[in-house]
Amino acid sequence: MPRKRTSRRLTADAALLLVAAAFALPLAWVVLSAVDPHADLRVRVPDGFTLANFRAVLTPDITYTPLLNSLVLCGCATALTVVCAALAAYPLSRFRSRLNRPFLLTILFATSLPITAIMVPVYALFVRVNLIDTMQGTILFFAASQLPFAIWLMKNFMDGVPRELEEAAWTDGASALQSLLRIVLPLMGPGVAVVTVFSFVTMWGNFFVPFMLLLTPDRMPASVSINDFFGNRGMVAYGQLAAFSVLYSTPVILLYVLVARRLGGGFALGGAVKG
Amino acid sequence: MRRRPGRARPGQARRRLVRVLPLTPAVVLILLFLAGPIAYCVYIAFTDLQLTGQAHASFVGFDNFRRAFRDSEFLNAVWLTLVFTVLSSLVGQNTLGLALAALMKRASKPVRTLTGGVVVTAWVLPEVVAGFLLYAFFRREGTLNAILEWLHLPRQNWLFTLPVLAVSFANVWRGTAFSMLVYSAALDEIPAEITEAAEVDGAGGWRRTWHITLPMIRRSIATNLMLNTLQTLSVFGLIWVMTRGGPGNKSQTLPLFMYEQAFQNSMIGYGTAVALLLLLVGSLFSVVYLRLLRTEV
Repeated sequence: MPRKRTSRRLTADAALLLVAAAFALPLAWVVLSAVDPHADLRVRVPDGFTLANFRAVLTPDITYTPLLNSLVLCGCATALTVVCAALAAYPLSRFRSRLNRPFLLTILFATSLPITAIMVPVYALFVRVNLIDTMQGTILFFAASQLPFAIWLMKNFMDGVPRELEEAAWTDGASALQSLLRIVLPLMGPGVAVVTVFSFVTMWGNFFVPFMLLLTPDRMPASVSINDFFGNRGMVAYGQLAAFSVLYSTPVILLYVLVARRLGGGFALGGAVKG
Repeated sequence: MRRRPGRARPGQARRRLVRVLPLTPAVVLILLFLAGPIAYCVYIAFTDLQLTGQAHASFVGFDNFRRAFRDSEFLNAVWLTLVFTVLSSLVGQNTLGLALAALMKRASKPVRTLTGGVVVTAWVLPEVVAGFLLYAFFRREGTLNAILEWLHLPRQNWLFTLPVLAVSFANVWRGTAFSMLVYSAALDEIPAEITEAAEVDGAGGWRRTWHITLPMIRRSIATNLMLNTLQTLSVFGLIWVMTRGGPGNKSQTLPLFMYEQAFQNSMIGYGTAVALLLLLVGSLFSVVYLRLLRTEV
């Protein structure tokens, strides 16, 4: 049935292209408006090409400080998450214990809790213990909220590293920490990369956590400061908003592409979520 | 290398240390910053704590909850959350994700790559940026109305007349990629012989889908529905950026209602009670999800 198959492929292609076009429209707006001298709210071919929007937003106040804040928050929190998750995953993956199953079930239960719901009590708690409006408090909360999923992913990747290699190292007198650092983690490089990138991308895009836990404008990451384009600055400069959105989004898109490439197209998350 | 229990060895204490010590940093962080707030949430939900910082919040029992179920704004938020979840997660992301995954199996490679790339980009974008893009799309002067005008169809101020529909579409735009990836992985696992055998037996497209494909990926469907719903229940930034929950409270889902009660109306106790209800619904879904995964842990 080659003809039938070809026509089926063409139908599928047409349907997919239609969906792709619909999904691409909002994306086209941000890219085109960023270089449009007279950007407004609809998608259209720019009447000229300009980098003025980028020049206007590339100031310490508007771009550099918020992006640096984002980098500090998400970088530190990701580092903390990955280190804690790798350490925690090791005994869970390597040793049998009666406590492993309940522990993993609790972790998995925690991954699906709506973090949004606990932000009001976290705010009240942070006010009490003087962690409100501090970078370290926000970093610690970010790390804690990401940890359950990071541990779960890390443990699954670690299960994929054969024990035999490690047992050889043990007989040679290596300690558990040495074998984790020298043998297990290097062998699960792509897994560590996925956990790192996933944590970083999630935090980079998170709006609600810094919105609740930080108060001083100077400490705000890009996810919160982007709202200043509305409100405070009077008339909304859509071109500048678009330019800033491009600057703010590019790092996470690049990171995603990097990881997706290394893992051969299909993102491992689909598989990881299924267990 | 399994050690037998009950036999004391010189290295045993050290080994136990090796098993427990690495877990400590993670456990401490989770206890302090996740379990702590949840416990605190349960506590404040039964008090009349206010933002203004009165010296002592007093215990008020179930008052906050009784009040919630008499509060028409709360009931409105519950209803809108339900509509938002059903429309965007159950119907939108889930169905569109499955359709895309199924179409991708048949489509040619360049089209597959292109569509996958665009849909996944929408997913990777920061939540607030996605909010702005769709705000621009649905505004009166926005792209959607420009297209409708071009097609000679009636235009509307979408964010004003149908805000829930607009934010639901926004959530579909943003979240479909996840379902698509889950279903693509699931469909790839169906052995080709089974589909071919059905084709030889003369089963048509719809019957094949209904009797073979869907039953074979039912676990993925359940997992995906569960995770989508949990994610959708906690959407805040997207709606906040697009409508602030308005006009009035026409798109105020539970997270936005909770925020408004706690911070605009300064009633942390009441806001937390609403948060606790949200958390309970989330936990319920979580438990169902765990049961689905039971065999795999």
